[in-house]
Amino acid sequence: MGLLSDPNRRRALISLLTRLNTPICLVCYMAGVAWFMGLAFEPFTLRTYMSENAMGSTMVEERFPAGERALATGREFAAHKKKVGGMPVDWLVKTMQARGLEVFTQSFSRTLPFPDENKERYMVKGTNVYGILRAPRAPRTEALVLSAPCSPGDNNQAVGLLLGLAQYFRNQIYWAKDIIFLVNEHDLIGMQAWLEGYHHTNTTGMDWSPLQGRGGSIQAALSLELSSDVITSLDLVLEGLNGQLPNLDLANLFYAFCQKIGVLCTIQGKLQRNDWDSVSGYSHAVQTMMLMVMKQASGRPWGDHGLFLRYHIEAATIKGINSFRQYKTDATTIGRLLEGMYRKLNNLLERLHQSYFFYLMPSLSHFVSIGYYMPAFGLLTVILLLRALDLWVQLTHIFTGRYLSIYSACIGNSPLLIKYVSSQQSSPGVLSVLTPLVISHLTGVALYTLPIRFQEMAVEHFPVSETEAVVLTAIAVYTAGLALPHNTHRFLSGEGTEQGWRVLKLVAVLYLAVLLGCTALINFSLGFILALTLVPVAAFVTPHIPKVLSAFILVILSPACTLLFSVFFFQELQEMPVSFQDGWLLYLSVISQGILDHFLYGSLVYPLIALLVYPCWLLFWNILFWK
Amino acid sequence: MAAYRYGYSAVLFILCGLSVFLVTNGQETILTGDDGAAAVDSPQTVTETAEQTAEQPAVEERQWEVTEVEEASPDEAAADKQDASAPETLVPPSVPRPKDDFQEELVIRPLHSGDIYASFQFRTLWETDFMRGNKVSHYRLFPKSLGQVISKFSVRELHISFTQGYWRTMQWGQPFLPAPPGAELWVWFQDSVTDVDGTWKELTNVLSGIFCASLNFIDSTNTVQPSASFKPLGISNVTDHRFLRYATLPREIVCTENLTPWKKLLPCGTKAGLAVLLKSEKLFHSSFHSQAVHIRPVCEDWQCKTTSWELRQTLSVVFDLHTSGQGKREWSLFKMFSRTLTDACPLASSSKVYIDITDNPEGEQFELIPATPLLSQAVVLGDRRTFSVYDLTQQITFGAVRSLNLLIRWKSTEGDMLRPLLHGERYVAGYGLQTGEIHTLMYNNHPYRSFPVLLLDSVPWYLRLYIHTLTVTSKAKDNKPSYIHYQPSKDRVRPHLLEMLVQLPPNSVTEVTVQFERALLKWTEYTPDPNHGFYVGSSVLSSLVPSIVAMDTNSTQERPLFSSFFPCKEESSYFVRVYTEPLLVNLPTPDFSMPYNVICLTCTVVAVGYGSLYNLLTRSFQIEEPSLGLAKRIANIIRKMRGVPPL
Repeated sequence: MGLLSDPNRRRALISLLTRLNTPICLVCYMAGVAWFMGLAFEPFTLRTYMSENAMGSTMVEERFPAGERALATGREFAAHKKKVGGMPVDWLVKTMQARGLEVFTQSFSRTLPFPDENKERYMVKGTNVYGILRAPRAPRTEALVLSAPCSPGDNNQAVGLLLGLAQYFRNQIYWAKDIIFLVNEHDLIGMQAWLEGYHHTNTTGMDWSPLQGRGGSIQAALSLELSSDVITSLDLVLEGLNGQLPNLDLANLFYAFCQKIGVLCTIQGKLQRNDWDSVSGYSHAVQTMMLMVMKQASGRPWGDHGLFLRYHIEAATIKGINSFRQYKTDATTIGRLLEGMYRKLNNLLERLHQSYFFYLMPSLSHFVSIGYYMPAFGLLTVILLLRALDLWVQLTHIFTGRYLSIYSACIGNSPLLIKYVSSQQSSPGVLSVLTPLVISHLTGVALYTLPIRFQEMAVEHFPVSETEAVVLTAIAVYTAGLALPHNTHRFLSGEGTEQGWRVLKLVAVLYLAVLLGCTALINFSLGFILALTLVPVAAFVTPHIPKVLSAFILVILSPACTLLFSVFFFQELQEMPVSFQDGWLLYLSVISQGILDHFLYGSLVYPLIALLVYPCWLLFWNILFWK
Repeated sequence: MAAYRYGYSAVLFILCGLSVFLVTNGQETILTGDDGAAAVDSPQTVTETAEQTAEQPAVEERQWEVTEVEEASPDEAAADKQDASAPETLVPPSVPRPKDDFQEELVIRPLHSGDIYASFQFRTLWETDFMRGNKVSHYRLFPKSLGQVISKFSVRELHISFTQGYWRTMQWGQPFLPAPPGAELWVWFQDSVTDVDGTWKELTNVLSGIFCASLNFIDSTNTVQPSASFKPLGISNVTDHRFLRYATLPREIVCTENLTPWKKLLPCGTKAGLAVLLKSEKLFHSSFHSQAVHIRPVCEDWQCKTTSWELRQTLSVVFDLHTSGQGKREWSLFKMFSRTLTDACPLASSSKVYIDITDNPEGEQFELIPATPLLSQAVVLGDRRTFSVYDLTQQITFGAVRSLNLLIRWKSTEGDMLRPLLHGERYVAGYGLQTGEIHTLMYNNHPYRSFPVLLLDSVPWYLRLYIHTLTVTSKAKDNKPSYIHYQPSKDRVRPHLLEMLVQLPPNSVTEVTVQFERALLKWTEYTPDPNHGFYVGSSVLSSLVPSIVAMDTNSTQERPLFSSFFPCKEESSYFVRVYTEPLLVNLPTPDFSMPYNVICLTCTVVAVGYGSLYNLLTRSFQIEEPSLGLAKRIANIIRKMRGVPPL
């Protein structure tokens, strides 16, 4: 503080910061990226460990014997599913009742805002079936959930295993929490209906019938996806709605049991490697972590568990993967693994809260906590603050410079004149800031509302389907926004001043800093990816740089192009590279999925981009075309 | 308005005066010969009940009436039924009676789910007066510890129950003795007590010691005074609820340490009689376990010339078919309790085992071994039930092997339970840690009759109820409660109390919703496990439910036509108390761990640094110029006067 309250030293510090502004910004940017890449390097990460005492020290013996019978049940389920041509509700109810559960059903219906072409659905009607295993001598205050989606093609083995576990669990005396076995139809939509029914909320305007049976507050949930009789490995999916993650202890629990029982386990479909010191080992860890970052940034639930997280229920999806590896695991072993996990969860005295909620995982056994990854983001946002400081200093210099020159000119004249002149200088600044702000935000609102509103009109006038209409309208509105600078100037009186763009940029830079900071607190990955592209834009853009080249760069770094690159990059990371043609189609479907996620499950990424990030980017675009 | 309210309070009286205890005790059993023709009736009294109110003891007596039937032809039985009823407390007058009396019995009801429900009742009656100045010092059957509690704290009635598990009404039907999960205590004090709260505090602490339970956690924040839901069950002319205290501890865990002191109150201990079955390793290997002690004054005879104290110890347990191992639908005393019966308690005047065989008149549902010729019929919870009776005081009951091991073997798994007419549910809606909504659902499953239900809700202060959001809807229409008693909470002093009288339309679900806000506790007020959540006790539904017997106008049992036109008054409705689930609610909880400390530390640092930062932002700094000399200052003044810029 002493350093700053001394005007001389303050001036020196400020002049240093303004003089070295560009090099410092460059260094910060590179340091931020390097820090982020370093996160995947194993010596810099922490080993996972079980924080929850109730799950750590207790011994559990797994005895589930009936894997084969579970698979037979799964086949029976498949046959009934085929016969009914959907969810075999009656059969499920009867089977669950025979296993001694209290069985209830819930029907739901939902009309999508526009047809979902990936899953080919528009008017969705379905039924969820769930059975509650009542814990003996427990007062129905706590519950655990095991769910398996009933999807048209596969996942029969998961339902079979679920029923097998239900039968086995029912005969045990040690349960302290009710266990809810849920088979949900239409995957996420069914899950959303069930969760909304369970908590009696309605956030997305879905129709569902109220639930008849409940088990109190749900403590944890697992969703099971299996589509073959034997599997080679189990994959753990953590990323949920809006990039929320379950408590790390849930991942630790899964990992601990995989180790104990001897099942290969993966995260992001990547096995763990031991050669961290080799280049390939490091790049493997980076790939795993980058996949997690990309998935988290997308803000969509990557499994049925993703919707639980909103209700503060720790949840994960376990996927069985059958590849061409030698080592196979049968259903009994998976059953034992789940039995162990549920017994440990059953031992919980409190909700899972001891371990981290904010983390990245470069492998299942290592994690990066919020304290380690936040500096990478911080280094990027510092650039914005430095630029803001620089602009502020420039503005005061201009002002005081002008003031001094006027002052020296007016010496001897009345002070009224001085006041008049200075107010003349500052007044267009406010107007020139406000107009582009309002106009770009209106464009954002248009981007948010028009695609859904105009789909019918678009379908009438153009030879496109509804989904294409929505996506293309969105792209059209987005592109139309690029014409704004020329339009805003009509509202302004005269040419933009030198001071005007500086004020606007100052506001825009601070706006971006706040926006990214808030985003990164909620969803680090999204914040970081946006910062990676938007911060350079914010840093370098002025009206004085070559127009064509910088306009090109600006477009390349705009949110829409970021999304396009992310699509290709994601495919690359998954080792499924696509051609440009396929990539473009994928890009269109990703946009439609993003919009659907918002309307179906309440994902916030689409409104965030449309209402805040895109207008913010437009401000920089405006600055480029200031004159 | 006053008259209006008065009318309802009369309804409430009738509603609440009827006891939960109106259960199976009232049977007379008759041994019949092989010919099965002789129907023997002892002289009976038909009690007049139509205009009695709850304040008169006979109201409860009337439900104790029994009908008796033997293996005689049905029409004969039906004819007998008309005058065959008597108050249960009557003992044949010829026998010289001791001043105290002990009875024990066990009721076993096979449930449709394959589970089995066993309910023990031990009753000690003592004709004495604890309240008359002179100290009662000689105790025979009545436990001294409880007698002293009654006299010291001037207790009029005391009801305490410890329950582990939740009674599943939809699978198991109505219990004989309902109880909420955890511990429940309600006490009526004598109207001579001046400091009721102080006495209550002391009493809970003493009971805590007697029953080895955490009843000492009962304080003003979880004690309420219900205005209508809990009326005295014994003889009493005081219904002023200032003398009533009601509290529940939904979190109380019940285990052997509560069972042992409970068993010690029995005259025979666990040495003889039915109590030998009470082995904790089996009782707690079950789906539901509930034990209770009820003390109340009752009439000695039907004229109520003298009163005596009744101590009723009850224990209910439900054994689960699936967790019991083999999965065979077969139950025996040995399988349930790992003991068999060999004798009755020598101190007991009556010792009986009842098996509910209502659903099994021809033995097609299950097989009962050994068979007994003794049958008894009683109206229990509005339903006419038939029981097989085993009298343990008869040596013949034990047979040649000198032990009784009842065996129930199921033959078919079919048969549906009649849906219970009243049923309640409760849950918390919403997400997030700021607000929420409590939903209470009340089901009336009666096909055509509506009936009123009294709802009692006691919610801790840290859930701040928004009472203006209270809605009661049935069949999508607003259902205005005819009586509402609401006592707002005071932070850290007393809970919310909400009592409502709601009419439930036939065949409907009535939903009561109220929103709440979660309070922030002080950091010392959090429990050691704050992330587990905080409990809200069960809400209590009390109601007079139209009985199933009255529902059955087209009786399959052959009865004379003249007997069945008007529904029989004394059976037309019965009292039921239903408890909903307790709730587990999460409150906003700070992270009581290392990051929490870090946050505290950071806040301190920021607070300290704030002043200088504020200073820095608001002040403008200038370099102080060295002060001018006197000559220069004078020169400046002169220059100013001349209009020349200063030096």
